[in-house]
Amino acid sequence: MSDLLSILQETADPRPERLAKILGCTAEDVESELEELRKNKTLLGWMPLLNPTHHDLEQVRAVIEVKISPEREGGFDRMAMRISKFEEVESCYLMSGGYDLLVFVTGKNLRSVASFISERLATIDGVLSTATHFLLRPYKDHGHIFEEESENQEKPSVSP
Amino acid sequence: MNPENFIADHIKSLPRSGIRDFFAIVSEMPQAISLGIGEPDFVTPWKIREASIFALEQGKTSYTDNRGLLSLRKEISKYCASFFGPEYDPVSEILVTVGVSEAIDIALRSILNPGDKVLYHEPCYVSYAPSVTLAFGEAIPVATTPGQEFSLDPEAFEKAWQPGCKILMLNFPTNPTGGTADREKLERLAKFAKEKDLIVISDEIYAELTYEGEHVSIASLPGMKERTLLLHGFSKGFAMTGFRVGFGCGPDWLIDAMMKIHQYCMMCAPILSQEAAIEALVNGSEDVMRMRDQYHKRRDFVIRRFNEIGLSCHLPRGSFYAFPDISITGLNETEFCHRLLREQEVAVVPGTAFGDHGINHVRASFSTSYEKLVEATNRMESFVDCLDSENAHSAAI
Repeated sequence: MSDLLSILQETADPRPERLAKILGCTAEDVESELEELRKNKTLLGWMPLLNPTHHDLEQVRAVIEVKISPEREGGFDRMAMRISKFEEVESCYLMSGGYDLLVFVTGKNLRSVASFISERLATIDGVLSTATHFLLRPYKDHGHIFEEESENQEKPSVSP
Repeated sequence: MNPENFIADHIKSLPRSGIRDFFAIVSEMPQAISLGIGEPDFVTPWKIREASIFALEQGKTSYTDNRGLLSLRKEISKYCASFFGPEYDPVSEILVTVGVSEAIDIALRSILNPGDKVLYHEPCYVSYAPSVTLAFGEAIPVATTPGQEFSLDPEAFEKAWQPGCKILMLNFPTNPTGGTADREKLERLAKFAKEKDLIVISDEIYAELTYEGEHVSIASLPGMKERTLLLHGFSKGFAMTGFRVGFGCGPDWLIDAMMKIHQYCMMCAPILSQEAAIEALVNGSEDVMRMRDQYHKRRDFVIRRFNEIGLSCHLPRGSFYAFPDISITGLNETEFCHRLLREQEVAVVPGTAFGDHGINHVRASFSTSYEKLVEATNRMESFVDCLDSENAHSAAI
């Protein structure tokens, strides 16, 4: 992993000028490496990490186990892509085990998620069954623990 | 009642640590960015903490063998063989202590008769000279110098030797300079130690945090295991400062002597810390590497920034401290630290807190986040620029 990618994953401030200062190069160098990373599809985009428990951001999230019929040409790919294109679908993975796709869905409320599943997802030709689990409370997401340990207030600010 | 009559003379004359005085000032400025912290900013890896919690749940709340849990000593033996080189018998050649600080104290008390002399390099960790004094020995500092990037200088030790010297005390990589010792210089020092019949106490607490070249333990050199006490612990590499667990490995006769003091004064290291230490040795190496990589990157950033600012700074080859020369500012190290704290709210530690040879230098820990390091170095740049303007103005007048 390049130094730039490694620092991008640790920092909350991805401005090229600041990254350039840390890396000891120019902002133009950083821009050009970012461009290269975008071009070769290593870097796909930016996404803020929001706290889903904040009252302004409260959403209903569900994880759905979907069984589908594989197709002679392409196996599960066409169906997986079709399902992934719904904006309600946050993530979609092909799985091994008792079902085929694991689909993460978000909606404003329980009704909107339920209606997406029953009216849009489950009715697609080739979807054999769905099993829906609603997410009740997040503890950790994308490596971030929502209720961080409190900082040790008594840790000395200068020590030998 | 006169309290003075009840304090031992050698304690009365023992100087207070300069770092404590500075701590008192910084603690009243909670908004300041501190580069004065001598411990990892990482919390102990979860798997290590969890092992300690599990031990507590299992009701492991007892004393242990004075020497430490045998299972821990076996892991220490394996770790030393693979990381440092020498093989130690877990039964007779390893003692688990309450941090390396305890090990230094009981080693000095075991070896020194009143008036015996100890050669040690300076700038160094704050406790070395006082620990020698507390053991009624005489501390003889040997300077490491910026010209040699504060690395081991065997010739300086040879010149400083005098009759009555009994111990050579080493700490590479060094707190506060980041200096290291290469194999060739250690070999020369080993020859000197054998010629003068010296015991070596080698505190290698920062060994895992070596960024350039390999870490070489003097205990691994031919004929040195029998006259070296290798001290190591979990505080720095494994980010376990609060667990207070370290160890000493050395010849059985020395470990036996240290045990005599340890069993009466300390009994044993806390069992929950020992359980955590086992987990650290068995499964913690990836965490150590992850943290080391972070320190390495931060080091490169901080050293580059100090040199850009005009504070000449050698590349520390180990530890997590930078030790820039601040003489260009026209301030001494204490004035520099106090004014930087007051005017820019950044805390660094005067080099003389680590002995007189730390003159004209300050210690800045890079064991803190990029965000804080970027901001702190920006503020230091403003501070140095202001001093330049002040100096130019004074010169014009």
